[in-house]
Amino acid sequence: MSLGALGLGAPQPVGFGERIWRINWGLVLVLSAIAGIGVLALYSAAGGRFEPWAARHGMRYGIALGLALVVALIHPKVWLALAWPIYIVSMLMLVAVDVIGKIGMGAQRWLVLGPLQIQPSEIAKVAVILLLARYYHGLSRDQAGRIFYTLPPLFIVLAPVGLVMIQPDLGTAMMVLMGGAALLFVAGVRIWMFLGAAVAAVGCLPFAWSFMHDYQRRRVLTFLDPDRDPLGAGYHITQSKIAIGSGGLLGKGFGKGTQSGLNFLPEKQTDFIFTTFVEEWGMIGACVLLGLFVLVLMWGFSIALRSQHHFGRLVALGVTSMMFLYVFINTSMVMGLLPVVGVPMPLVSHGGTALVSVMFACGLLMGVNVYRDAQLPLGR
Amino acid sequence: MTRNRKGDGERSGLFTRRALLLGGAQAVLISALVGRLYQLQVLETRRFATLAEENRINLRLLPPSRGLIFDRTGEPLAINRNNFRAMATSDRGRGAEVVVDRLDQILNLGETDRGRLLRELRRSRNAQPVVVRENLGWEEVARLEFNAPDLPGVFIDLGQTRDYPEGELMSHIVGYTGRVSDEDLNGRDDPVLSLATMRFGKKGVERSLEDDLRGRAGVVQVEVNAVGRVVRELDRSEGQPGSNALLTIDLDLQRIAAEKLAEHKSGSVVVMDVITGDIIAMVSTPGFDPNTFARGITQTEWRQLLDNPERPLNNKSIGGVYPPGSTYKMVTALAALESKAIEPWTVLPCNGFLELGGIRFHCWLRGGHGGLNVQGAMAASCDCFFYEAARRAGVDRIAEVAAKLGFGKVSELGLPGESAGNQPSRGWKQEKYGVTWQQGDTFNLGIGQGYMTATPLQLAVMTARIANGGYEVHPNLLLAKATPREELAPPPPRDKPNAPSLRFNPQHLNLVRQGMSDVVNSALGTANALRKDSKGKLLDPALRFAGKTGTAQVKRITEREREMGITQASLPWHLRHHALFVCYGPVDAPRYACAVIVEHGEAGGKTAGPIGRDVLVETMKRDPSRHVDRFKKMASR
Repeated sequence: MSLGALGLGAPQPVGFGERIWRINWGLVLVLSAIAGIGVLALYSAAGGRFEPWAARHGMRYGIALGLALVVALIHPKVWLALAWPIYIVSMLMLVAVDVIGKIGMGAQRWLVLGPLQIQPSEIAKVAVILLLARYYHGLSRDQAGRIFYTLPPLFIVLAPVGLVMIQPDLGTAMMVLMGGAALLFVAGVRIWMFLGAAVAAVGCLPFAWSFMHDYQRRRVLTFLDPDRDPLGAGYHITQSKIAIGSGGLLGKGFGKGTQSGLNFLPEKQTDFIFTTFVEEWGMIGACVLLGLFVLVLMWGFSIALRSQHHFGRLVALGVTSMMFLYVFINTSMVMGLLPVVGVPMPLVSHGGTALVSVMFACGLLMGVNVYRDAQLPLGR
Repeated sequence: MTRNRKGDGERSGLFTRRALLLGGAQAVLISALVGRLYQLQVLETRRFATLAEENRINLRLLPPSRGLIFDRTGEPLAINRNNFRAMATSDRGRGAEVVVDRLDQILNLGETDRGRLLRELRRSRNAQPVVVRENLGWEEVARLEFNAPDLPGVFIDLGQTRDYPEGELMSHIVGYTGRVSDEDLNGRDDPVLSLATMRFGKKGVERSLEDDLRGRAGVVQVEVNAVGRVVRELDRSEGQPGSNALLTIDLDLQRIAAEKLAEHKSGSVVVMDVITGDIIAMVSTPGFDPNTFARGITQTEWRQLLDNPERPLNNKSIGGVYPPGSTYKMVTALAALESKAIEPWTVLPCNGFLELGGIRFHCWLRGGHGGLNVQGAMAASCDCFFYEAARRAGVDRIAEVAAKLGFGKVSELGLPGESAGNQPSRGWKQEKYGVTWQQGDTFNLGIGQGYMTATPLQLAVMTARIANGGYEVHPNLLLAKATPREELAPPPPRDKPNAPSLRFNPQHLNLVRQGMSDVVNSALGTANALRKDSKGKLLDPALRFAGKTGTAQVKRITEREREMGITQASLPWHLRHHALFVCYGPVDAPRYACAVIVEHGEAGGKTAGPIGRDVLVETMKRDPSRHVDRFKKMASR
């Protein structure tokens, strides 16, 4: 299959101006609105100050948005070509973090490169999406449905999941696993295989339990029964629920959140930023924020469905699923529906790597739209 | 190519179907999130709002400032001094050990304080603060503030500590305060008593006036953060400071009495207004420094006070019981006269002893007084006369008169630690020893020995009731009390007793008083030397007084010992007789009564007498009951 052969029936070459036009500026607006909510919430979490979080968050978002726009204008064939290198580099970084990573929050998650602190697991999320998309781009529907062809992607997904689990970072591992599963699902892996995997997973639960760290077990137990130890491990969940619940329908008002303002909330600038926001803005605010995310998801699905090439579809859907998982796991966690596993709220939580990787992913998503009718080699 | 296109079509169709399925699943899950939000924020919002308020709002009681205590002239006896203290809060002891360790480094807590602090922190509910250390110096305050970021839940609180400017001098009357004990709470449900910084009167007036001095707590609503640090005040209602009190004590006279008593190891002086019952001075030596209690007494200091044989913690004026000895002879005389057992002119013989059933009851004067009537017998303190007078009157009459004069029961003074002494009677002896009352017991009672015991206060009360013409005055320490909003001032002077009469025959009382006057003022009197002052000058007629000496046997010197040449002076201190003296003056218009006991002072006339004279004369000179003009208005709070 040569590039020339793809010329048949191809649309007119797309000019640079047209490409700029094709960037989903509406989506950019929605993303910026979400990041704006982040700035607002971080400002409030710092007790009505831009320092230390809100200002940096806004600045980082600006930079990340620039990056996303650049990424959006890069031809998918480049990503197709870079999928493996990116994946391999991110795997190496995960190994490095396990070996020499800095100890933070009782888990090794960061890699220090000069002035930068990088969280390789965030990069791994994108790397897995790219590589899976590239892999299935080269398979026919029949092949995708065969068990033999499902083994490599299984490895592609499980390798980073394993490495992240070692850190240990249960949240990211879950996200990569579920994000990978979503991609495998839309790529055409047979449904019975998922059922089989689910049964196997349940079978493995006792083993997983024995491999878990104490604090993880505590979190799971606490999640199952938060009243077990309301001032110990259940403290975070209880206080978060109090904050959200006391916010009521309309919230306590901007800057008037007592729970976060008085430090009853842990990690209020990162994992519990949703709580901080919702305490002050109430259910109305929560629905606005979730609504904005739903808009992002809808954009994602629509881009995926409109892509003329399979790589684009899979990348778009992978990014969308990642976005969904972020939002879903984070909100469920702070509302006491899932154990506290350390997943931030995308674009709202304070934290550089996650912000950059989310915006990078959004750049890829918009790139799919920009190059929706690109002709791609199957790359096998 | 076509195959490829077609293949993509198949893939794309499957993708679309599955993507829509996935999208649907996500929609369902997001709806679940919204449902959860609805549950938390709409259905259960009230519960969570309450929980958030409970988290945030802490009710704190403001300890009221304790009422001040002054002497009758307005001199401060107990005041409040600002006290910087380190407080700590923790949520049921979470992280307490780390904080206590750091506090230990900064303040050098020591093992006992550390243990107490940890215990109290673990026990404290609702982040109620506990005391780390009181009376911090500036340096300690600075060090704590400097290290504040490492000390979550620790804060400096400006409180008040009790200060006793007169220290030991007023220790037994004013007493001291201490941490509230369970026993203190008995029957009191004032929530302010649960405060760690609250102090409760333990002894003296601090205890007897506790409910007046304490005041009412204020309440402040504060917003606290997760570690219990106060962020801001939401609401405050001021409490009411405790009432201030004026005591009947005249500080100058108290000081004079203490100085006079200081020559001896231990003893007591009580000065009382015979008309009003006001206690003008009440000294018990040795005393203690109540400020050590306010500051927080150490184990060693406490042990030392407890182990001291002179028992500095005991207020001997109200808690020490002594056989009244010859000072009791007024009771016997009055009982004999009132019961018509003797007439004023009845002369009873004295050969130096009286024999009863083969036992000799000696008179203190070997060889005897010959024969004396009641007035002369009192002046000379003839024991034989009172053996016989007691025998004729009988124990029941004596006990009856003694009760009227205040013996055998606790007074209405209200101070803790007061003893009732012992007024023996037939029934008492039967009950206590299961033995019937003997004539010999009556003999002993007649001269205030044997089972009879009394406190110096009771002796003063007896003297006052005789001196004032038989009115039932009660000793009283509180001159006036007033809330901080009211004016604190002594009541106008009063010259007539408003107590009920004890219904003694005035003639009999007069005779007893004559006898007491003769003790000092007649040549026959046992304390004849006291008609002159300490410089040997005869007292001004306006300051002349009446009195009665007494010597209370501690160890009976047997005939054998007497033959071996053992005298009182050669006995070890703790076995020597107690010296007693009671007096009142001026002799013609009695106003003040005084009782003196010098523990193991050997003889009443020799040691206790001069103290009684000097104190009484000074009291008469100053006449504190009539000179309210000496009262200085205190600067209001």
